[in-house]
Amino acid sequence: MKKEEVKICIIRVGGTNCDREAKRSFKDLGVKAEVKHFNRLVEKNSLQEFDGLVIPGGFSFGDYVRAGAILAKSLTARLRRELELFIDEGKPILGICNGFQVLVEAGLLPGFNGISDYPEAALATNIPIGYRCMWVYLRHENSGRCIFTRNIPQGDVLRIPVAHAEGRFIFPREEESRLLERLLENDQLVFRYCLNDGRPAEGAFPENPNGAFYDIAGICDPSGTIFGLMPHPERAFYGWQLPDWTRMRRLSKFADGRAIFSSMIEYITRKF
Amino acid sequence: MKPLYSRRNVPFELYEANILNADEKELLRISSELGLSLNLQEMKKIKKYFEEKCRNPTDVELQTLGQTWSEHCFHKTFKGIIRTSEGEVIDSLFKMYIAKAAEELKKTWCVSVFEDNAGIIQFEDDMAVAVKVETHNHPSAIEPFGGAATGTGGVIRDVLGVWAEPIACTDVLGFGSLDYDYNELPPGIKHPKYIYRMVVAGIGHYGNNMGIPTVNGAIYFDESYVGNVVVYCGCIGILPVKKYIKNAKPGHKIVLAGGRTGRDGIHGVTFASLELTEESEEKSRPAVQIANPIEEEKLARAIIAIRDLELASSITDLGGGGLSSAVGETAHKFGCGARVELDKVTLKHPRMAPWEIYISESQERMLLTVPEENLDRVMEIFKSEEVEASDIGKLTDDEQLRITFHGHLVADLEIGFLFSPPLPQRFAEWRQPGYEEPRFREPRKLGRILLEVLSSPNVASKESVIRTYDHEVKGNTVVKPLCGRHGGPSDAAVLKPLNYSWRGLVISCGMNPRYGKVDPYWMAASAIDEALRNNIAVGGRRVALLDNFVWGTPEKPDRLGGLLRACKACYRFSKGFGAPFISGKDSLYNESPLGPVTPTLLITAVGVIPDIRRTVTMDLKTSGNLLYLLGKTYPELGGSEYYRLMGFIGRSVPKVQLEDARKTMNKLTEAIDSGCVESCHDLSEGGLGVAAAEMAFSGDIGVEIWLDKVARSPGLQRNDYILFSESNSRFLVEVSEANKGRFEEIMEDSIYSMIGRTVEGNRFVVYGLDGKEIINLGLKEMMHVWKKTLGG
Repeated sequence: MKKEEVKICIIRVGGTNCDREAKRSFKDLGVKAEVKHFNRLVEKNSLQEFDGLVIPGGFSFGDYVRAGAILAKSLTARLRRELELFIDEGKPILGICNGFQVLVEAGLLPGFNGISDYPEAALATNIPIGYRCMWVYLRHENSGRCIFTRNIPQGDVLRIPVAHAEGRFIFPREEESRLLERLLENDQLVFRYCLNDGRPAEGAFPENPNGAFYDIAGICDPSGTIFGLMPHPERAFYGWQLPDWTRMRRLSKFADGRAIFSSMIEYITRKF
Repeated sequence: MKPLYSRRNVPFELYEANILNADEKELLRISSELGLSLNLQEMKKIKKYFEEKCRNPTDVELQTLGQTWSEHCFHKTFKGIIRTSEGEVIDSLFKMYIAKAAEELKKTWCVSVFEDNAGIIQFEDDMAVAVKVETHNHPSAIEPFGGAATGTGGVIRDVLGVWAEPIACTDVLGFGSLDYDYNELPPGIKHPKYIYRMVVAGIGHYGNNMGIPTVNGAIYFDESYVGNVVVYCGCIGILPVKKYIKNAKPGHKIVLAGGRTGRDGIHGVTFASLELTEESEEKSRPAVQIANPIEEEKLARAIIAIRDLELASSITDLGGGGLSSAVGETAHKFGCGARVELDKVTLKHPRMAPWEIYISESQERMLLTVPEENLDRVMEIFKSEEVEASDIGKLTDDEQLRITFHGHLVADLEIGFLFSPPLPQRFAEWRQPGYEEPRFREPRKLGRILLEVLSSPNVASKESVIRTYDHEVKGNTVVKPLCGRHGGPSDAAVLKPLNYSWRGLVISCGMNPRYGKVDPYWMAASAIDEALRNNIAVGGRRVALLDNFVWGTPEKPDRLGGLLRACKACYRFSKGFGAPFISGKDSLYNESPLGPVTPTLLITAVGVIPDIRRTVTMDLKTSGNLLYLLGKTYPELGGSEYYRLMGFIGRSVPKVQLEDARKTMNKLTEAIDSGCVESCHDLSEGGLGVAAAEMAFSGDIGVEIWLDKVARSPGLQRNDYILFSESNSRFLVEVSEANKGRFEEIMEDSIYSMIGRTVEGNRFVVYGLDGKEIINLGLKEMMHVWKKTLGG
């Protein structure tokens, strides 16, 4: 498939609010991106027209019940078959921040055995508690499974901001080590919060901004085509979005988040 | 004797007040019992009107008048006549001072000034920006979370109310000292720490949930804010100029869209026009609205879609006064009348009385007028965003407001009468407070004093608050509130709102309540200077201003005297700097059992930068560069942080030397454009000492400063005064050796001095007038105390 033919669907509901900048990121890379209201997508049954799906950041349905819970239920209840078909074809799904929360709530991530009826992990309330908007360092841990980070060498350190109150990735306490092992075995671990030299944050604030287990910032499913992360790559797309770009001798055109979008597009153009 | 009220024989609650037979005492009783907050002069005018109509008014009519004529909606103080003790007669503060500068400046880039929900200025080509700043003090004192959240929600709707898409929010807050003694707190007043936490949470809740970045703000602490919390919420939006549509005509449908109407927010505006008392909590709790940002997010999407298709003929938000002011103002503005069927309004509670429906200030509602042929499409758009909307009436050609409820006429008023309240005649008398200039010896350990100033709550880092606001959503924030390596305090925020253009929007503010204690005139002048300074320091220019007054009760001559002085300064310095006021708002009656609020004026400045890649931040960049101080330092410490620390207020409040200030600012802009400014920071609270320290630790670069090189007034011979004077119109600028010649050439003819340099290592060293080292501090230590005060 040619790049110009690629069509990305950015889904939105009441409370979604990072759809515009997500769309801009794709358009900048030369592909088509449409922001679609979830209800239109259901009414028109049009998911299959798209080659990739993005669940952007925000507070879908006000994050009532739990962050992402209502949109997650809506997806699996009203769009389950279409979603399964989409995934089976190997079409990529990206969840950013609230989108990551949705994918975990919907049972798509970590998705050890396909879509799970119950969430297998959670994005719990930050420790220390509270909403926080700040830049963090991420170490790329994936060995090649995740199609969203293929343009990023393993071990690279990225700078991308977070902005959330519920981003602490956890597994059920008693199964923590077993599930982590499984995550690593499957090459599903994608990003960990780290120090600026790439050493793991080891749970320490502020490098690990939310107290996430094993400093986990982003994971993919076993196939590598479903990916969720708490940080916002669309806010680290251009050089001028960096928090200290005025300190740089030369303003770089792009920032680290761009590689996630470009990897996704390259995967689509190669595969389809 | 006829009873004061009688119930009409209709199948719902409707009373009329027996105003025709009421004497003066009874008129005031009616005003008070119905919560109208109208004075005798106003009640008499109403009585006369109904005498001519030979009937008594309904509660709906009286409430409508109470809302429309309130200080909050009509700004009687700014529109009324003021006589002064010096024999001056001022016919409208607003006309004579605030709006006059903009009129005289005739800037072609002003699109709409003071006439709509928000001020509008051109941005680039056919794109314009809309700006509005509101206060929400009274509700925040009663219920800080809801008060602050709905303050943000309300100002966002003001921007939507000129067809603009919100792109950023600002917040400036004033609290009492966070360690205020609980035992000193009078009944009915909440502790400053509680108010602080809840207000911050409320603002974050709304902006974050709606996905609008909060990019600029400030927090001040002052004793007078214990009883009178100050909450300013601002919003900036963007719109194509040609979509700024306002051509409502008779026959157009009136559409109410958004959240349902409930009993929350009844009498918000009349409550805002009263002083707070011990009973405010109990009596006025229903006046505070309930916030639902997700509803407003959906509403905003629908409104922008309707705007883009040009389906509606006008729009306004529902804020203070609810439907009563939105409908009235729309009809008045377009020279129409209106028919409203109140039973068409969707409600939160059944059985609300018609007057409650008409004045409820329930949030997240907008009013549109729509040509009948577009009505279906408008309703369709609202439905597609899951927003409720109802067609509640239409505009008419008779200039008459007629409201019905289930077929019964409940109000029938001339629009003209509704908008002609009797304007007050008030007396103003300014009295200079008796503060004396203190005399004390120069302290020896100035390093320790600098650390104390850095840790003062007014100077200290606001990072713990700023991080709870999303300042990056939408991905357009070029200069964030915190900059440099270590979260330095940016002078202004810079946004890049258009994907296709490098042009940036620069947002800053200025506020100096402590100067207001000494003289509101120089307080206002300083706030204007500071807002401009902050804007220009990052590269902003072509600045428009907004004024937001928070003042005491205008019936008290000294309060009004101070207000008059502040307004005079607004005119002089707005005109002098060529920076017109485009919008503003006043919040009066900020008095509590603890006394009046310190006269407070927030100036918000909105400028542009032609190319964001030229933006300068305040963090020092490299060692081996030169440090220039632009402007002249005077012994001006009245109201300064330094005097506060020493236990004084003082008298020598900073003034603004207009000619010098203009020259400095223009030349700085030229220097920034030439690319030879590495970093730049304005000097404000804490003067040179604080500005230099902040630049050093934000960039992690060592500094040496020689105080004897500072350009200053001849008599100024004290190290502490030079370090901490808060003289206006000054900037500290970092320039590389290579650009020295060029920079000095640009600055020629202006007052500047090369006062130091950036050095290797991490020390902050100051040499006194005698050339001896008087301060030697580690950057880490300074940053630590600066961050610790409000750290968590």
